[in-house]
Amino acid sequence: MAVLRVRGLRKSYGTRCVVDGVDLDIRPGECFGLLGPNGAGKTTTLKLCLGLIAPDSGSIELMGFDVPRQAREARHAVGVVPQFDNLDPDFTVTENLLVYGRYFGLPEATIRARIPALLEFAGLGARGDTPIQTLSGGMKRRLTLARALINDPQLVIMDEPTTGLDPQARHVIWERLRQLRTQGKTILLTTHFMEEAERLCNRLVIMDHGRIIAEGSPRALIERYTEPHVVEVHGEGVDAWAKDVGARHCERIERSGESFYCYTRDARPLIAELEARPALAYLHRQANLEDVFLKLTGRELRD
Amino acid sequence: MRPGLRFIPVWRRNFLVWRKLALPSMLGNLADPMIYMLGLGYGLGAFLPEIAGVPYIAFLAAGTVCFSTANSATFESLYSAFSRMHVQKTWDAILNAPLTLEDVVLGELVWAASKSFLSGLAIMLVVWVLGLSTSPLSLVALVVIPVIGLAFAALGLAVTAVSPSYDFFMYYFTLFITPMAMLCGVFYPMDALPEVVRWFSQVLPLAHATQLIRPLLFGEWPAHALWHVLALLAYAAAGFWIALRLFRRRLLK
Repeated sequence: MAVLRVRGLRKSYGTRCVVDGVDLDIRPGECFGLLGPNGAGKTTTLKLCLGLIAPDSGSIELMGFDVPRQAREARHAVGVVPQFDNLDPDFTVTENLLVYGRYFGLPEATIRARIPALLEFAGLGARGDTPIQTLSGGMKRRLTLARALINDPQLVIMDEPTTGLDPQARHVIWERLRQLRTQGKTILLTTHFMEEAERLCNRLVIMDHGRIIAEGSPRALIERYTEPHVVEVHGEGVDAWAKDVGARHCERIERSGESFYCYTRDARPLIAELEARPALAYLHRQANLEDVFLKLTGRELRD
Repeated sequence: MRPGLRFIPVWRRNFLVWRKLALPSMLGNLADPMIYMLGLGYGLGAFLPEIAGVPYIAFLAAGTVCFSTANSATFESLYSAFSRMHVQKTWDAILNAPLTLEDVVLGELVWAASKSFLSGLAIMLVVWVLGLSTSPLSLVALVVIPVIGLAFAALGLAVTAVSPSYDFFMYYFTLFITPMAMLCGVFYPMDALPEVVRWFSQVLPLAHATQLIRPLLFGEWPAHALWHVLALLAYAAAGFWIALRLFRRRLLK
């Protein structure tokens, strides 16, 4: 049984089509990424899947339940980490977990029995009685994740789990998500951090303008959509160099800000050429998911 | 959870917050109406003849029970509910659990009515202690107060559903709640109003409240009691239905 199965999902606001024919299949135990620039329709897709808004057309099956008709039943087996922390500021750490458990109709004893392990998981073992206001951003995020586990869900849905966190806090969240996967949980996350998707997701889709434009494992997507080598070049006279010389030595060249990105299957001729030009600085690296993402969704700003 | 009882965890959430702040919250809720009631009742009352056969303070006490209940339900369903919905996003968190907007709004409605019951009850205790009402019938007021609370909580939630910010609530107080205090027999009998105004003010929810509570405190069974109770319940039902539709439009799209 698929954890989540979506077919032909559509949602428009007025004349603007936010979700435009999305299909998804999420299998048990995988970490599935929903990638896309701001406004691509990621959050709306999640809300549709949770039954919080009604689709114009299409079908959604979440944990075997028909959504939105049986959304309530489906949400019993799902944990949600929203994009912005909405912990209860009037409560302590423990009270937040307790009160949230009640929303699932769980017996008081069951909730209380689960809390110590969840605090441990969130790295807040000694802070059960701490008021929320005194927690750091990373602690709040971990508590929000722990709160999403109070009902022992099979699927955890996370909307941009590490946005706004510092690198240390981000690595802790990633480590916890890997821990969840080893426990057999299925994870669905949205992100626009390519590094995050590449590290965590075994499968992902890239969304833009409400449509899925690519699908596969991070490795497969990189192989399929971009050349394996990237040489980033910047410095005095780079414009002229790119036009006259750079373009001849690579399959594809793109400009972003003051740098040129040269994509190629064989970087050796390009590097030999650049070695003879001390005015230009370059960086040679392997192609990554960000290169795929930028190729597919473009480099212009999204607001 | 049984379908009709799903609002209870929402109610309990609000109760847990209230329990932490119970003392200042009670004082704030009670001090204000009490000062008005005692100050105007004894101070202004000293210059007044009896109204409807009782001292002015006894007349005003019945009005204060109603107005205090209405005010408390209104405050909770405007400012506090708005904080939870819009500022803290508490409702969003709840809606990700297996609860629906109906459960949340019903929880808020019953909670605001519960809190207003405490305000009404506190004034009633003062009324009894000061001997302003000695009739056993005044105990029936304790059944009526929650109905008043439900009506005003439901109307308040409907306003919250369309409010862009806290400032908006001032309109509701200035245009609806405060005029009602003057038109519905809180401070003086409605008979004192011009006939045209009286026809209008008679259908306002606070008028139904005072026409139930005042006779009960004076030891009489209210005239048209059933009609007044049904009218308040109708306000509660209509307010809740409209609030729910407006919240749905605002939050679930």
